[in-house]
Parts: sequence; C-alpha cells; structure tokens
Amino acid sequence: MRNYLFLFSLFCITILQAKQIEVCKSCSISTIKKAVEIAEDGDEIFIKKGIYKENDIEINKSLIIFGEEGTILDGTNKGSVLHISVDNFVIRSLKIINVVVSYTKDYAAIKVVRSNNFTIENIVLDEVFFGVLIEKSHNGKVLNNKISSTSKDEANSGNGIHIWHSSNMEVSGNEVYGMRDGVYFEFVTDSKIHNNLSHNNIRYGLHFMFSNNDTYFNNEFVNNGAGVAVMFSKFISMYQNKFTHNWGSASYGLLLKEIYDTQIYNNIFEENTIGIKGEGCTRINYKNNTFIRNGWAIKIAGACYGNIFEQNDFMHNSLDLAYNTQVNDNRFESNYWSEYTGYDLDKNGIGDIPYRPVKLFSYIVNQTPEALVLLRSLFVDIINFSEKVSPVFTPDDLMDKKPIMKRIND
Amino acid sequence: MLKILKYSFYDLMRSRWSYVYFLFYLILGFVLLFLNNDVNKAVITLMNIIIVLTPLIGTIFGVMYYYNSREFTELLLAQPINRKKIFMGQYIGISISLTLSLVLGLGIPFVLYGLFKSAAIFNFGLLLVVGSFLNFIFVALSYNIALSTENKIKGFGFAILMWLFLAVIYDGAFLISLVMFDEYPLDKFSLIATMFNPIDLSRILILLKLDISALLGYTGAVFRKFFGTNLGMVLSMSILVLWVLIPVIRINLKLRKKDF
Repeated sequence: MRNYLFLFSLFCITILQAKQIEVCKSCSISTIKKAVEIAEDGDEIFIKKGIYKENDIEINKSLIIFGEEGTILDGTNKGSVLHISVDNFVIRSLKIINVVVSYTKDYAAIKVVRSNNFTIENIVLDEVFFGVLIEKSHNGKVLNNKISSTSKDEANSGNGIHIWHSSNMEVSGNEVYGMRDGVYFEFVTDSKIHNNLSHNNIRYGLHFMFSNNDTYFNNEFVNNGAGVAVMFSKFISMYQNKFTHNWGSASYGLLLKEIYDTQIYNNIFEENTIGIKGEGCTRINYKNNTFIRNGWAIKIAGACYGNIFEQNDFMHNSLDLAYNTQVNDNRFESNYWSEYTGYDLDKNGIGDIPYRPVKLFSYIVNQTPEALVLLRSLFVDIINFSEKVSPVFTPDDLMDKKPIMKRIND
Repeated sequence: MLKILKYSFYDLMRSRWSYVYFLFYLILGFVLLFLNNDVNKAVITLMNIIIVLTPLIGTIFGVMYYYNSREFTELLLAQPINRKKIFMGQYIGISISLTLSLVLGLGIPFVLYGLFKSAAIFNFGLLLVVGSFLNFIFVALSYNIALSTENKIKGFGFAILMWLFLAVIYDGAFLISLVMFDEYPLDKFSLIATMFNPIDLSRILILLKLDISALLGYTGAVFRKFFGTNLGMVLSMSILVLWVLIPVIRINLKLRKKDF
C-alpha cells in the first residue's frame, strides 16, 4: 500500500513538474515538430543553437518555447513558420527567417489564432512576409522583438506586427523596419502600444483602424513612406510619440481620419511633409505638441468639429495651417507660433494682438496646388501681409487670440 | 580688356559702396547665426534675402556705375581701344567686385560658425553660386538698360522697374495665371514659366535642395524629376548662364551701333 502511494505521488510529481525537452541537431529529438509532438501542456522546449529548416509547425499545446543565441528557424520560403492556436504559451529568444511572399495567403513567421494569455518576446524576424500575425486573441504581449524585411512595394509585402480582432494586447519595445506597415491594428480594443521604433516601412509606421480605447505612447515613427495613419476609431490617447521625417509627396506625420474623442499630447512632429492631417475629426484635444520644420504643421480637411489646439509649439513650418473650409468650429488658443510678429506691451507673456495661422498663400495652395512653386517668393510675402492686415479669403474667426510669446514645451 | 577690368575693379574696391555692401552681408551673416545658431536655418533665411536683395543691388550698382563713369568711358573711347573691351572690362569688374562682397561677406561668418562641419555646406555653396549668378545677370541687364537710355533718371526708373517686374510682378502674374487656368495641367507651364525669370529659377533651385520639394505633391514630382537629377541641375545652371550670356551679347550688339 505504501509502495503504491509512493509510486502515485511520484507519478503526480512528474505530471505536475513540467519537463524540459531539448532540441538540437545531434539530440534524439532533432526537429521542433517532433518536440511539439511529444510535449504535453506546460512543458518547455529548449531549442539549442543551429539552423532548423522547418515550416508550418503547428503548436496546439500550452508550451514555453525558447532558444539561445544562434537558434535559427528557417522557413525556407515555404509558408508560415510557427502556427499557434492555443492559450497560455510563451515564445522567447528565437530567430526566424525566410517566410515566403504570397498573394493569396497571409504567411507569417509567427501566426497566433484564437489564443489567450500569451507572450512573444525577444524574437528576431528577418526576411519575413508577415512578422507576427495575431487574430481573434486576447491578453497577449508582444515585447522587444526586432522585425525586418526588405520589402520593395506595397503589393507584395506584409506587416510587421499585424493584430486583428483582438483585445488587451500590449505591443512594446519592438523595432520594425522594411515592412509594409510597421504595426497594424484592426478591430483591436483596450490595447497599449509603447516604446516601439518603427522606421523605413513602405507604407505606414503604424496603421490603426476601427480600434477603440487604445493608448500609444513613447513610440518613434521615422522615415516611413506615409507616416502614421489612425482611422475610424474612438477614445484613443496618443502621447510622447515622435513623428520624424515622414517626407514625400503623400506623406504625413499623423493622418487622422474619422476619429472621435481623442487626446493627443506631448508629441513631437519634426520634418514631416504634413505634421497632422485631419479629416472628419471631432472632439480632439491637441495639447503640448511640438511641430518643428514641417511642410504643413496641420492640414484640416472637411468635417472637423470641436477640436481644441492649445499650448502647442509651431516652429519654422513652411505653412502652419491649411484649412479648406470657410467654416471654423475649432479652437486655437495659447499656442506658440514662431511666425508671430505681434508684441506684448504688458509683458504678461501673451501677445497683445491675435495671430492668424491660415495665410492667404496656404488658402491659394489648397485651391491650386501648383501655386506652391511660388513658396517664399516676395510677391507671396506681400499678399500674405495684406491678407493679414484685412482678412478676405481666410476664415476671419480662425485665430489664436492669446498667442504665447515664448516656446512652451522646451 | 584686362587693364580696364582691373581698373574698374580697383575703382569699385576703393569706393565706399563696396565696403558698405560687404559689411552689410558680414553683419547679416553674423546676426543670423548669432540669433539661431543653426547653419541650416540660417541658409533658409539667407535665401529669402539673397533672392530679393542681390538682384536689386546688382541693378542699382550697374546703372549707377555706368552713368557715373560716363565721362571717363568717353575719354577711353577716344583712345585706340576696342569698344567691346572697354565695356566688357567694366561689366566684369563690377560683377566680380559685387560677387566678392557677397561671397566674402557671407562666407566669413559662416566659416567661423563651423560651416565645414555642418551638412549645410552644399546648400550654402549653392546659395553663393546662385547669388553670384544673380549678380552677373542683373548687372548685365542694367547695363543694357543704361546703354539704351541716355537720360539718367529714365535709366534708373527702368532699371528699378525691371527689378520690380522680375522680383514681384512676374510672380503675381504667374500666380494669377495658375489660379485662372486651374483646370488645365499646369506642371509643364509652371516649369517653363520659372525658366523665364532668373529670380524664380534661383529660388526653386535652392528650395528643392532644401527639401521643400516634397510639399509640391504632383507638381513637385515633375519639378524634382527635372531639377533633382544631375541633368536638371546642369540644365538649370546652363539656363542661368544663358541669362548672363544673352544680355551680354545684346550689350555688344548695342555697342556696335551706338553713337556716343
């Protein structure tokens, strides 16, 4: 009886204590597929260094899979590499390369479908079609990964981190470059994107659609084909991000389309063709942002109501504001404008005469884009001056009544 | 010719105005750099000034020098010297002395503020090249006007009017035509229209190098394709050279028939 009890407890311990399966080229288990096959829920798979040419590895057990330096999974340009459809898993410290480009299937280095509570961290992905592709999942973390590819054009490239129809995700500390979109969110709610660096992607550094209640902060978006696009979303906060050098004829620092009830603060927009372009944006607060040397700092197309711009710095932009409607329902107050030529006689730090950010020239350029050829011509300076003195074409209630004399967010 | 060139050059170098002009640029350069300490930004501000001021000064100096040294020129004409050499010598003398004021006046402060360590050196170089071209062009144009009009006041008037036309009125007409013919494809038109005005051409040349090109959207693509490539650069430089050569040739043609 005692023996049985002993054996039973031993049995229990082996079950409870997850075992570690080692995979290496010279081990008895030399492929990851084999390791996954013999593993049970809760086991760890340690992939030793070496190149493993495997693809379409189905993972349907809650495993912890990790590698060491020099562990490379080579997809050999045939389909996806890791395909995960299970809750509670961790993937860590792997390098995955060569995922084939397809025009019909979304092949990804790591594909996660219908999963809860997972972590993907310290993964290096190179020459991939899609990097991390997550569908219908919740409570996931994508941390400190490096995703890159050498995409040439939009049609045959995939996204770095692509999340669809998920919630409570955390995307942090990743570096993504050379993909189509760096980070792509569609129908993703209650999620955080922070401390990422997304640069040199073909289309958007961050692309965001139908995703409500999300926060993104401390990210840096540099040199992307079309900057960052945030569309059709509500209740978003964006803060302490940097949008730098998104420069090209169809490029934005931040494109806002159909956005409601959003907070945008403490961001830096530097050297973008258009700092922020807003279309159909309602009830957005822009506060303490800095716009330096952009082509247009802000371009407002139609249907933008109830936006408030305060305490922002507008410094040395070619054109501060472009506005294509006569109607103005947005408020500009207490911003710093480097072009402001007014005075402050009572020395309270607030300019005594209001500043009109829309110049006649930017109005003309909106009507006739070719007229931009005349930028910085003496004639343009003259007509801008005369319009400033007595506004005829630009909305006359569009002005900053309390322009600040000194930089605010230094 | 060289002797007359040397004479004109030294004459101008000794004159107060060259110093004033030189000092103006020197102070401008120092003040600009002192105020924002960023060579790149200073280049943009400087562009605005050079584009407007260099042509104006070139025009006024040209006309003024011609009328002032008229008696001496007549004396020279009595000597057995080729007419062409006399006037070309004067023309080149003025142009070089003005260019020297510009290059040294702006060059010294920028070099002192560490231009060579900055990435703006090419933009700055282009700015100086364009400024020098504008000097040569507008001195030649004003010489043309001065040769054609005996009356001093009239000559001055025409010269100023020419400057006003090229610096301001031309752009106004250009802008109006752009707005009027909005429905037509205007990129080629605007490309050609800039060629016919040296001030516009120089402005666009510098703006495209300063990366404002991306703002231009579709027009920008046409422009960048044209100016951005080496071929475009060579072509627009050669158009600037043409802008120097054509007035100079006209001076010579005019001289042949002119009765002093």
